[in-house]
Order: sequence, then structure tokens, then C-alpha cells
Amino acid sequence: MEVLQEEILISPEKKETMYVSGGVALLEGLIAEGVDTIFGYPGGAIMPIYDALYDYKEKLNHILVRHEQGGIHAGQGYARSSGKVGVVFATSGPGATNLITGLADAQIDSTPLVCITGQVFAHLLGTDAFQETDVINITTPVTKWNYQVTDATEIPEVMAKAFHIARSGRPGPVLIDITKNAQIQKFDFEGYEICNHVRSYRPKPIVRNEYVEQAAELINQAKKPFVIWGQGVILGEAEKEFQAFIEKTNIPAAWTILGVSAIPTDHELNVGMLGMHGNYGPNVLTNECDVLIAIGMRFDDRVTGRLDKYAKQAKIIHLDIDPAEIDKNVQTTVPVWGDCKETLPLLMNLCDQKKHTEWLQLFRDYQQKEVDAVIDVELKPKSGELTMGEVINQLNILTNGEAIIVTDVGQHQMVACRYAKFNKTRSNITSGGLGTMGFALPAAIGAKFGAPERTVVSVSGDGGFQMTIQELGTIMQTGIDVKMIILNNRFLGMVRQWQDMFNDKRYSFVDIQSPDFVAVAAAYRIEGKCISEREQLQSSLKEMLEHKGSYLLEVMVTKENNVFPMVPQGCSVSEIRLK
Amino acid sequence: MSIQHLNNIITGKQEYNITVYTENQIGLLNRIAIIFTRRKINIESLNTSPSEIDSIHRFDIVLNETEEVVRKLARQIEKQVEVLKVYYHTNEEIIWQEMALYKVPTDTIAEKVLVERLLREHGARAVVIRKDYTVFETTGHRTETDNLLEALQPYGLIEFVRSARIAIIKSSEGFNRKLREFEQLEPGQEVSENEFLSSRDKVFTM
Repeated sequence: MEVLQEEILISPEKKETMYVSGGVALLEGLIAEGVDTIFGYPGGAIMPIYDALYDYKEKLNHILVRHEQGGIHAGQGYARSSGKVGVVFATSGPGATNLITGLADAQIDSTPLVCITGQVFAHLLGTDAFQETDVINITTPVTKWNYQVTDATEIPEVMAKAFHIARSGRPGPVLIDITKNAQIQKFDFEGYEICNHVRSYRPKPIVRNEYVEQAAELINQAKKPFVIWGQGVILGEAEKEFQAFIEKTNIPAAWTILGVSAIPTDHELNVGMLGMHGNYGPNVLTNECDVLIAIGMRFDDRVTGRLDKYAKQAKIIHLDIDPAEIDKNVQTTVPVWGDCKETLPLLMNLCDQKKHTEWLQLFRDYQQKEVDAVIDVELKPKSGELTMGEVINQLNILTNGEAIIVTDVGQHQMVACRYAKFNKTRSNITSGGLGTMGFALPAAIGAKFGAPERTVVSVSGDGGFQMTIQELGTIMQTGIDVKMIILNNRFLGMVRQWQDMFNDKRYSFVDIQSPDFVAVAAAYRIEGKCISEREQLQSSLKEMLEHKGSYLLEVMVTKENNVFPMVPQGCSVSEIRLK
Repeated sequence: MSIQHLNNIITGKQEYNITVYTENQIGLLNRIAIIFTRRKINIESLNTSPSEIDSIHRFDIVLNETEEVVRKLARQIEKQVEVLKVYYHTNEEIIWQEMALYKVPTDTIAEKVLVERLLREHGARAVVIRKDYTVFETTGHRTETDNLLEALQPYGLIEFVRSARIAIIKSSEGFNRKLREFEQLEPGQEVSENEFLSSRDKVFTM
């Protein structure tokens, strides 16, 4: 405390102040944080901020969405493609409650967001005022941090704290609820200071060398080491460090769906996808490896299957930035906590160069079995109706793995993640943890704003597309260029697959009807086409990709295909089924 | 042996005391409470009060669970932005007290029991003595406050209240030194790691 006072005495800088409203201070804060894009929807309780925004049109690009859920998913897509913090505006009451799904999605998938919600006047709090909802309490379980501002003077400091918390450590969504009076209130704004320290908050634990040493010792002695990685590698911007580590040690590596694009799909050590609809080899061999090295992943139940039969034979090394993840689901032998951008090079330096030829061959053998039993049939069918897999396969050929693929949730998501090729990081955007249908369309819009130089393709099912179909209006108004593929099997396919496999084909309410999607797109002045023949596929995809501006391609695919391989719920990963 | 005690032996549960140091922030009580409710875990007792340090609050939480569950809960609590530090201890590792107040009709108590003996035997004291009622106070472990409750029950006990548990950690050196570290930009290892992770057994030897 004494030290602090001294510092103030030594540098009595007199700051120039501006007399501004809370709304203006908020926007100045966004600019200071490097924000250029906001996804939002105005309403009564956030009007003073929107009034301030009127004068900031040149500096801040506000995207008017059609529903707040679309806004927050767009913010997520933006954050995931750009690596920056997504910013979302919504009004009080229904505006704020419409954000909940997106907040929950961002929380479970560690996506950095700062959401600003308007709130009724402070003197009306707790009176059941018009459009009043207890937003702070509703959002507490689904935010990394939230805070209610009732006085304009708090705004600069709270905004700085919000951005620091959202993007540092394990990222996550932050919500700031600002009462209308605080948006209007004028005060002496002393300028905006970026925050890099919050007393009670430790973004990342300090790396412990002894654990790195122990991990290296285990890896060096391992005969059958296996790396499994997740989005942590991408969030930690440690793609290069990760690739260097596996290349030096020659350890086969498999991914969770949020981690997939961290290294190229065709990398020789990339052995495929983990989990319920993952590849055959990685799942079976999880239960045969001797050292399992988990990097930036959280052992989700869709990845592990039955926990008491998961990698019981293996020593487990877990690299994670979040100490609460260590030992949460799987008991680790060595916990290497810290930022993997720091820990991976340390670990690599202590690891020996190895070949693991035979062990790698084992993965290739399993891969061949899967190619014969599942993949060839899915990607290269000779006759019959179109399959989802061949659409993705053709897309790979045409985009050469350079596109950002945004998927919705369900069968097409599993197919797209299994078969899409990626050459660049931050290329696969999907709702992994929450499994939010309706995610793809708005997230693709956001992803394009976050990476305008890249091709963005959304892949949805006929069910999910209808959940956020109104965002076609956002495309129409902004003229953004998003390629939309709907894989239409005229079913809610994933639920139908489970009803087929586990409920004696009792198809309960999965038979969904769709509008004429191409006509709907046309009503929004978006070009489109619907195809069902194999001969049309390549040329239509090409037409879509070469089209200037957004384009919707509906592909009628076979109705009752099931996604395989599959680890049925409650089974061990080694009980994975090929049919 | 109580039913709960028997149950605990079967399930491996026991009483744990979680101590949480936090910023004094509106909404934090809810943020901590939902960590328990989300997992359908009952909080037996909860006390929150300012700590020995200005602006730092202290939560004392008691629950009946296995060590594994408590450890995971503690990590989830410490993950919250405004939580500085979390510790958990068994009853053997702490000194704890609960306070109880008993209101009984003065006439009955004066007629039928030897008040003096009652007070002496139960370490109680009278807080208020009025014509119509008397309020006793006692401090101690649950069984001690329960004993006096049982003793007073036949004499027309009117009202009874027991406080949450507060506990002193036997091995604690207090929080002052730690807080100074928290205020630094680059704190020491001990502060930036979970205490229980640090004290984890020498993790692994080949």
C-alpha cells in the first residue's frame, strides 16, 4: 500500500479528460481494445449505446443480425476464425435471454466473447420493470465472468477487465450488463487503460520443471506413446510448437473435433479423429498405448466413452492451462499444467528423437480396415443416392483444404469433421461441447467477418438450418460472402440413427419437413440451387465456390445412412463398431 | 452410531471444511453456490464474513462428501475469477465451533430444573433473563449444542437457532503474506497454483 502511494506521488501525471456519456466511453474502450466488428440488435434498454454508435459508424462496423442468438453465434464464429475477442450487443430482457445458448456454447468451447447487454434504469432494478430480467444471475453458470454496471464511471475499468478475462488463460465469454442510466450519465473520462492484471485471477499456472522432466522421462521410455490433442493447441497459438514436438518424437497424434485444424489433415503423424464417431485406429489403440499424452483437451465423454475402461493400461500425461481440468475425468500420472506454448518446447527439448515405425504401422493397418469397411463406401459410392461424405470429399478437392468449414450439429457435422481436409489452423468451426443446432449459419457469417480473405463454407443439415434460417437476412443486408451447403436427408438424422440402432427403429418425431430452401434463399436475394444427382455434384460445388457473393447449395442425400464407426454410449472406445 | 455415520463408512464420505478467500463482490455467493447445486451436492453449513484483511471475504463451507469430490469442487471454486484461494480440510485438521441460542419459558425452567447445573454441565450462559422467557447461549461442536437442545426440549423450548460453522485451520499461517503476493504482477509459484495440487504426492517416479 505504501509503495503504491509513493508511485502516485512520483508521477503526478495530469490526464486530459473528456466529458462523455457512458455509451461513448464504452465505444472508446472497444476501439482501444482493437475491436472493429460488433454483432448486435438494438432495443429500448441499450438505446443510449446505439445512439453513441451512430457517431462511430466509421470506426466500428456494427452488423445488424436478425436474432440475438444469431448475433452471439456470429461473435463466436468471428472469434474462432480471427483469434480475437468477439463482441456482441443485445438489449435487456428477451434480448439478453436470447444470448444464453451462445454463452453456454462459448463457455464450454472456451471462446472469447465480450457481450454487452442493456438493462433497465438502476432505480427500476428488482421492480419487474418492462423488459427487466435478472441477467447477471441467469448468465452466471454460463459465463467466465459477468458484472453489472450501474454507474458510468465504472465503464472503462470494467471493460478493460472484461477483455482481459475473456481472452487470457482459458478463454471464455464475459457479459457486462449496463443499466440505462449508466449509458446516459456523463462523466470525466480519463482515457482507457488496457488491463493485464486482476488480483484474484491467475490466467495460467506457472510451469513446473519437475513435471516436464517426469513427462519427458515417460515419453522417452515409451514403446507405444500416443498424443491426443484438442483446441488448447489452437487457443494457445501453439500449432508450430505442437507440430515440432510430434515430429521430433514421431508420436502418432489424434484430435478432438475442436482441435482438428491445428496441423494439416494430411500430416503423416495425424492419425485421425477421437471419440464416438472418430476413426477406428485412434479409438482402439487408445486402449493399447503405454503413454497417453493429452494436450489442450478435456477428456469429454464423447471422446472417452466409458471412463472405467478408458486407457487403463497407460500412463497419462495431461498438458492443460486450466488446473481444474487436471484429474477431472481421467486421473493423470504427470500433470504438466501451464500454457502449452511454453510447455511443449520445454518438453520437446527433453525428449529423444524416436521412430516408432511399428507402432505407427498399427494405426495405418486399422486405417486400411476402416477405409475398406466404411470410408470408401461413404466417399466413393458407385451407385445409389448421394452420400454426405462424397459432398465433403468433392469440396476438399475443389478447395484444396484452404477453406474455413463451419458445421452445424448432427450427422453432417460428424461426416464433415471426419472427412474435411484442412491445411490451415482455425479452419474448423463447430459447436463441439454444447452441440448447438443452428450454430453454423450465423457462425459462418461471423467467421467471414473475422477472416474476410478466406473462403467460408457452412455445412448444415435440413433441421439445423431452419433453427437460425432468419440470418439469411443478415447476409442479404451486409452482402457478406458465405457459401452454404445443406445436406438434406429429410430427417433429423442423428436422432433417427440412434432410434434405428437403439430404439428398434421407432422413428419418433424425426421426420422433418423443410421449405424450398432455394426459394427461401431467393426471397433473401441469395442465389442457390438444389441437386440430387451425382453428375451434378462437382460442377455445382464449383459453381457455388466461384459465385460472387453468397450462395446456397442444397444437396439431397440418401435418407437413412448411419454414421460409422461408432462407439455406442456406455461402451469403451475399444468397442468401436464399424457397422 | 448415527445413520449418517454408517452411510459415510459405506460411501467413503466424511465431513470436509472448505475455506475460500474472495474479493468482496456482489454475486460471488451465487457463483460459488451453483458449483454445488449444479452437481446436486448439499451444503451442510455456510458462513461468510469479512476476513482479517480489509476487502477480503472468507467463506467457510461444510459438506459431507468423498475427498475426490471435494478436491474437484475446490478446483472449480478456485477457477472463479474473483476467488483468491481455496483450501479444504477434514475435521481433524481444524478447530471449529458452532454457536447456538435457546429460548425457554422462564417459569418452567425456574421450577423444574436446576438452571445452575444445566449451565455448568453444558458450558452455557444466560444471555437474557426476562419474566416470560430466558435465552441461553452455548458454543461448541454439533454434539455439544445438540446435548443442551435435548436437555431443554422437555421444558417447553420455544425457539432454537444454530449458527454456521466457523473454523480455524491448524496449519494456516494466515492470509496476509499471500495477499501481498497476489497483488504482484508475477506472483510466486505457491500463489498461482492450487494448494492441493502443490501438495500432491511426489507425483511420479520411474
